[in-house]
Amino acid sequence: MGAAPFPVPTGSLLALGALLFCIGLFGALTKRNLIIVLVSIELMLNAANINLVTFSRLGVAPSLSGQVFSLFTMTVAAAEIAVGLALLLALFRLRKTSEVKDLNIHKW
Amino acid sequence: MVQYAWLVPFLPLVAYVFLLVLGRKAAEGLVAGVSVILTAVSFVLSLFIFQAVGNNPHGNNTYVFHWLTVGNRVFDVGFQVTHLNALMLVVVTLVSTLVFLFSKGYMHKDDRFPVFYQYLNLFVFSMLALVISLNLLQLYIFWEMVGLCSYLLVGFWYFKPEAALAAKKSFIVTRIGDTGMFAGIVLLFLATGSFDYSTIFSAVAHGTLHIGWLSNNGVITLTALLIFAGAVGKSAQFPLHVWLPDAMEGPTPVSALIHAATMVAAGVYLVARTFPLFQASTGATTTVAWIGAITALMASLIALTQRDIKRVIAYSTMSQLGYMMMALGVGAYAYGIFHLMTHAFFKALLFLAAGSVIHAVDTQDLFEMGGLRKKMPVTTYTFLAGALALAGIVPFAGFWSKDDILSATLQSGHPVLYWFGLIAAFCTAFYIFRVFFLTFTGKPRVEEKYEHAHEGSWVMKLPLVVLAVFATIAGFFNSPVNHYGLERYLFADFASGTAGVVVKENVGLMAFSVAVGLLGILLAALMYWRPAFGGEKLSKALSIPYIISFRKFFFDEIYTFVIVGGGKVIAAIVDFVDRYIIDGIVSLLSWIGSVFGTMLKYTQDGQVQTYSAIAAFGVLIFIAIAVFTVGGVL
Repeated sequence: MGAAPFPVPTGSLLALGALLFCIGLFGALTKRNLIIVLVSIELMLNAANINLVTFSRLGVAPSLSGQVFSLFTMTVAAAEIAVGLALLLALFRLRKTSEVKDLNIHKW
Repeated sequence: MVQYAWLVPFLPLVAYVFLLVLGRKAAEGLVAGVSVILTAVSFVLSLFIFQAVGNNPHGNNTYVFHWLTVGNRVFDVGFQVTHLNALMLVVVTLVSTLVFLFSKGYMHKDDRFPVFYQYLNLFVFSMLALVISLNLLQLYIFWEMVGLCSYLLVGFWYFKPEAALAAKKSFIVTRIGDTGMFAGIVLLFLATGSFDYSTIFSAVAHGTLHIGWLSNNGVITLTALLIFAGAVGKSAQFPLHVWLPDAMEGPTPVSALIHAATMVAAGVYLVARTFPLFQASTGATTTVAWIGAITALMASLIALTQRDIKRVIAYSTMSQLGYMMMALGVGAYAYGIFHLMTHAFFKALLFLAAGSVIHAVDTQDLFEMGGLRKKMPVTTYTFLAGALALAGIVPFAGFWSKDDILSATLQSGHPVLYWFGLIAAFCTAFYIFRVFFLTFTGKPRVEEKYEHAHEGSWVMKLPLVVLAVFATIAGFFNSPVNHYGLERYLFADFASGTAGVVVKENVGLMAFSVAVGLLGILLAALMYWRPAFGGEKLSKALSIPYIISFRKFFFDEIYTFVIVGGGKVIAAIVDFVDRYIIDGIVSLLSWIGSVFGTMLKYTQDGQVQTYSAIAAFGVLIFIAIAVFTVGGVL
């Protein structure tokens, strides 16, 4: 695999990762619907993936390990979202709601 | 003979154990019989020992057994029969035997008759063992045991609340003195490394007692005063005298044996036993003399107005013990002991006679008696002998001993103490004949009590007669008749062959004190026998002194106010500190925790997004710190 004809600058890639992460974080912290929250978490994970891929290009010995690592992350993310959605469905059957605000049985 | 001295206390112990095994249902005759016989054997043995010690004054009289070794200290037990101890053995066993006999009649049909004899035997054992103790530690052990027996016997009728209270009071008040005494014994041990009398006395003689910053003289005075505190408690001297009158709640034979003849004399015995220690300190002897004189006078003033026959005699006991202390204080060693002996006889007699009266009329109030002479001749005349002895009328026992004390006080240069003693002697003659006239002469005041009054059986009469004989003749044991034999006998304990003051015969002084005694009797006769003027009128005319005397100088009230009240105030302060300061600090801490908890609980709102926001914010802070650190800003 040779170098790209127009290599995207590392700074832009990292900025994209940071931006996606912040959007994800904002969504995870503020959205009322649990599904959107899960989606936002996926967004944060993918921001991390972008970082992994970006950094795999840098360093003394550039390698594929970062890209491979991000593939693993995606697998884990898929598993995680499956569990998350299963929990959400179970919760919805039990409480008839998917609002984050209503999940407060651990309140003082 | 002297080597068998351990048998003297051992026999009553055997009786005690035997009665314990017999149990509470034992027959009265068996219980009393065993006790009387074994104590009588002890008495005979004591007589032989008394004689043996007298015949061979420089023979071996000390028997030591090794007890235990702690570090390089060796503790011994054993017994020692000095002349003083031998005399005490005789007095204690004689009075005990007679009281045991008397109790057979007095305690007849009491539910706990065998228990009474158990306690009495235990007491006699403890008292005799105390007397022949080898060292101060051993003495202290038996000292506490007689205190325990006194407690058990005062509270013998524990179902009466007064008796239970009196038992408690007697135990606690004497314990105050005992604490001081124990401190004194420990100090002596620290200074000499021994509890032995002989080691301590030789250290006193050589002036080698000192502990830390306390000089030799300091240690002597301090330990003498501390040991005297024990004697003050036991012998009911001012200011720890308040327990003795209350102890009269016990059965009358107990009063006769413990609270007149033996245990209360243990204080006097203790001072006499440690006499060389006291003599080495002017401060200590002066204190002893003054405490004795104050007690003698004060108690006799209180006795003037009491209505309870036993209490009058109890105050009289205090007063006579005061005389003994005063004698020891002014250095009249032999006369203090002599008075101890005569007093044991005539005071046991007075108590037993009073017991006989109480047994007959079932009251202790003098003003419910009267005219008993016709019904109880034996009691009357034996009581009269005891009263004459107490009043110090020649030739009865009290005359010789009391007169020796008064002369010794004057001749050793203590005129003020002499006048204290003389006034007390006047009051003594008055109050004891007030009792005599009120009880035995005149008309019966309460008819039905008089009707069923009767003399007791021979077991009650015989001890009275024997004691009356002793009350009459015991004075001659130390008189010109036998060239002051007792004095010489007691002085043999001292290497110098003499101790303290020796009285010079002075017929004028003798006549004077007898005259004072007769004057007291005359006044009592005029008021209560052939009333020339009524006691009522006089007590009204002298209402303030009368009330002071009748209320016993308000000592109980003062102690209740100062000691008990003071204790309550301290308790209240401590309670306040504990409740509001200590507990306050603890509550404050818990309150702080609770406030912070309340404040922080609002962060636990159960919203997962709040938690994540906080976590994210925390991470941000860490990142900021890391960035600034790497950038060299922080």
